[in-house]
Amino acid sequence: MPVAPDSRSPYRVDLIQLDLLLAAVCRAGYQLIGPSIKDGAIVYDEVSSIEELPVGWTDDQEAGRYRLQRRDDRALFGYVVGPQSWKKLLHPPRQLLWKGRRTDGGLETIAREEVTPRRAFLAVRACEIAAIGIQDRVFTQGQHADPIYAHRREQALVIAVNCTEPAGTCFCSSLGTGPEVISGFDLALTEMIDESGHWFMLEVGTDRGGALLEGLEFTPVTDTERRAVHQRVDAAARQMGRALNTKGLKKLLYDSYDHPRWDDVADRCLACSNCTMVCPTCFCTTVEDVTELSGEIAERWRRWDSCFTLDFSHLSGGSVRHSTRSRYRQWMTHKLATWQDQFDSLGCVGCGRCITWCPVGIDITEEVRQIRAHPVAARASR
Amino acid sequence: MSQAPAAADPMVPLPFRVTNSKPETSDTVTLELAPINGEHRVSFAAGQFNMLYAFGVGESAISISGDPSLQDRYVHTLRAIGTVTRALHALREGDVLGLRGPFGNRWPLDRAEGRDVVIVAGGIGLAPLRTAIYRIASDRNRFGQVSVLYGCRTPDDVLYADEFSVWHHNHRINVQTTVDRSRSGWRGRVGVVTTLIPTVSLDPDNVVVMLCGPEVMIHFTVIELHRRRVRDDDIFIAMERNMKCALGFCGRCQLGPTFVCKDGSIFPYSRLRRLLTLKEL
Amino acid sequence: MEIDSLEGLLAGHSFLKGLDPEQIALIAGCARNVRFEQDEYLFREGDPADTFFVVREGLVALELYPPGKDPVVLQTAGADEIIGWSWMVAPHVWRYSGLAIEPTRALAIDGACLRRKADDNPLLGYLLLTRVAEVMAHRLEATRLQLLDLYGRD
Repeated sequence: MPVAPDSRSPYRVDLIQLDLLLAAVCRAGYQLIGPSIKDGAIVYDEVSSIEELPVGWTDDQEAGRYRLQRRDDRALFGYVVGPQSWKKLLHPPRQLLWKGRRTDGGLETIAREEVTPRRAFLAVRACEIAAIGIQDRVFTQGQHADPIYAHRREQALVIAVNCTEPAGTCFCSSLGTGPEVISGFDLALTEMIDESGHWFMLEVGTDRGGALLEGLEFTPVTDTERRAVHQRVDAAARQMGRALNTKGLKKLLYDSYDHPRWDDVADRCLACSNCTMVCPTCFCTTVEDVTELSGEIAERWRRWDSCFTLDFSHLSGGSVRHSTRSRYRQWMTHKLATWQDQFDSLGCVGCGRCITWCPVGIDITEEVRQIRAHPVAARASR
Repeated sequence: MSQAPAAADPMVPLPFRVTNSKPETSDTVTLELAPINGEHRVSFAAGQFNMLYAFGVGESAISISGDPSLQDRYVHTLRAIGTVTRALHALREGDVLGLRGPFGNRWPLDRAEGRDVVIVAGGIGLAPLRTAIYRIASDRNRFGQVSVLYGCRTPDDVLYADEFSVWHHNHRINVQTTVDRSRSGWRGRVGVVTTLIPTVSLDPDNVVVMLCGPEVMIHFTVIELHRRRVRDDDIFIAMERNMKCALGFCGRCQLGPTFVCKDGSIFPYSRLRRLLTLKEL
Repeated sequence: MEIDSLEGLLAGHSFLKGLDPEQIALIAGCARNVRFEQDEYLFREGDPADTFFVVREGLVALELYPPGKDPVVLQTAGADEIIGWSWMVAPHVWRYSGLAIEPTRALAIDGACLRRKADDNPLLGYLLLTRVAEVMAHRLEATRLQLLDLYGRD
């Protein structure tokens, strides 16, 4: 039965119809960015049809381990998260801030000639929506707004996907950031493969999302179908490979600056910065100033940086954080404690990337567990 | 498709011209800067800083050291230490640089009204404090006894020496200078800046202390102020951290839960007490 | 009159603050008012240290003379500070010179006289010792800070 396109009741979209939806998104002027396989990992890249999605693949993740594996079905979204996050499109790894020309009168800055297309992000997980929300607060809701981020964010349409099979390194349910997509999306999909076929439940989150359905005829889901979807998502919440207990976490870490566990983790940590690069909320940057050979044109670029580098805290007298111990402590304490004071939320969404992509398998949930199990004496909690 | 708006982009510097360059010491210079494009208005408060950009070289956070009653120019005293500050140091009258700002909060002059003020500065730390000294001098009767305690490495590193007698004679400001290492001809005090604190009378119920200098100096100055029973809420300290954006985006200037760029750079000691005792924070 | 004012000056100096009038009177018995012009030496390195100075006003540079080099000023001491603890520590010889770099007024206290009184009155001796120790600790702390070269470049 045809329904009004602005209705918010979920629809059933069969696999064959999904291409119609994606085509409608492209027709509306969006560049479609979705998951695809590259270099043995699932990355986010431009896609034009469901054929380019990682059909029938999943990702096996453990601490320090990531492998793509064949599934025994043809699921499109049967993986969890790869090394990339949507951060790469909203807060690019390398970004021109401005360009300037030396003139007779002095200095003329040239506006960024940057054109960001409208982009549709396909298959955004709940944890990633939470991460985008966190970066929104960092870049657009403080004293100053970052016009680059704000513009890219404005241009982005979010097509979410509910997680039904979390990875071994996932812990979003313990942080309340997943696996179910609750808000922050324009459209949301839940992939189902059952006796009725290969289909998706489609939910509309915004008018912008709803408008894309115009002219498409999807059937509302039945109550049975809706129940089946919720059962799968609920099951996912119970299958999380890991958990992070957030109770009193801020105080725990504020009291633990002198905890011996930091020495222990420093013995293993290579200070390679992988965790910060794969983290969907880490936002720290450095800048590079370059000139063209003539010396008349200068550019200033912003580049992702990491609190694990020695240069990050450099002052004229030397680096403030010269030991790996202090740099790991900074990173984790920022994620889980100081972030709460700065932005009123955790800086962690439980996506597990930092665990998976750590070359030595350091596990943030385990580090917290160890600190919690062996609290430092009251002397630290003055 | 749409174009990213470039107007009012807080990351883009505006062109300023060096209208005066005055060498202070062998490696320190005071630059006066005027906006080139008339539409940009100079506007700052005592204690704020700007990001100064040397063409093609980079940007550095530099405190404003000028008189806040002169809102037609930015005055910066900077020391040639790194690549950027060396390039800025080399600028001459007529040269152009880029400027973003001002950023940061202000010295607590409102809180200091009606009270005694003790200003403790180490080395280049006198530069940001000079804005507060100017403010006090311009409204001298609103404050009680005012002392400036200033420590430097050698007599050749003393900044603004030609202004001390004006502050003293015209504005009843007690200026005490000391150096760590003397040389022949120096007739002043020798010893670290903390040795000056016992020379001022200090009523802990009626004083505001403003402090800027290296962190070791801050540490020992606070110990000395505690000996004199000054309260943590009455001690204000300008902090320095690595800073790339000054907007809270680059994440580098974090000191525990604070961002030095947007929560500071001036903090009451009560807020820093715990943070400054933690190594490598 | 002269004695009264000596006692008053001693009692008002922060080094002796809180001592009782009898103790102040004992110290005043060993004290005399002195005054030094600018560039006048209070004492020289190697001289017998039979005096210490309770400075009332002015500024005194404590100098060392490295052989073949200009004198090095280790530190300065001024109003409300004291100069000298060699009188208390054997062999009672000045380890540096004291040069008035401003006109300086002080109370010069005869160390031998004070040592005798302290021997007779151990409580006074103890009080003086703890106060000198406090001064020494302060100076040591300041010297350590000087060693850090706070404002130097790395």
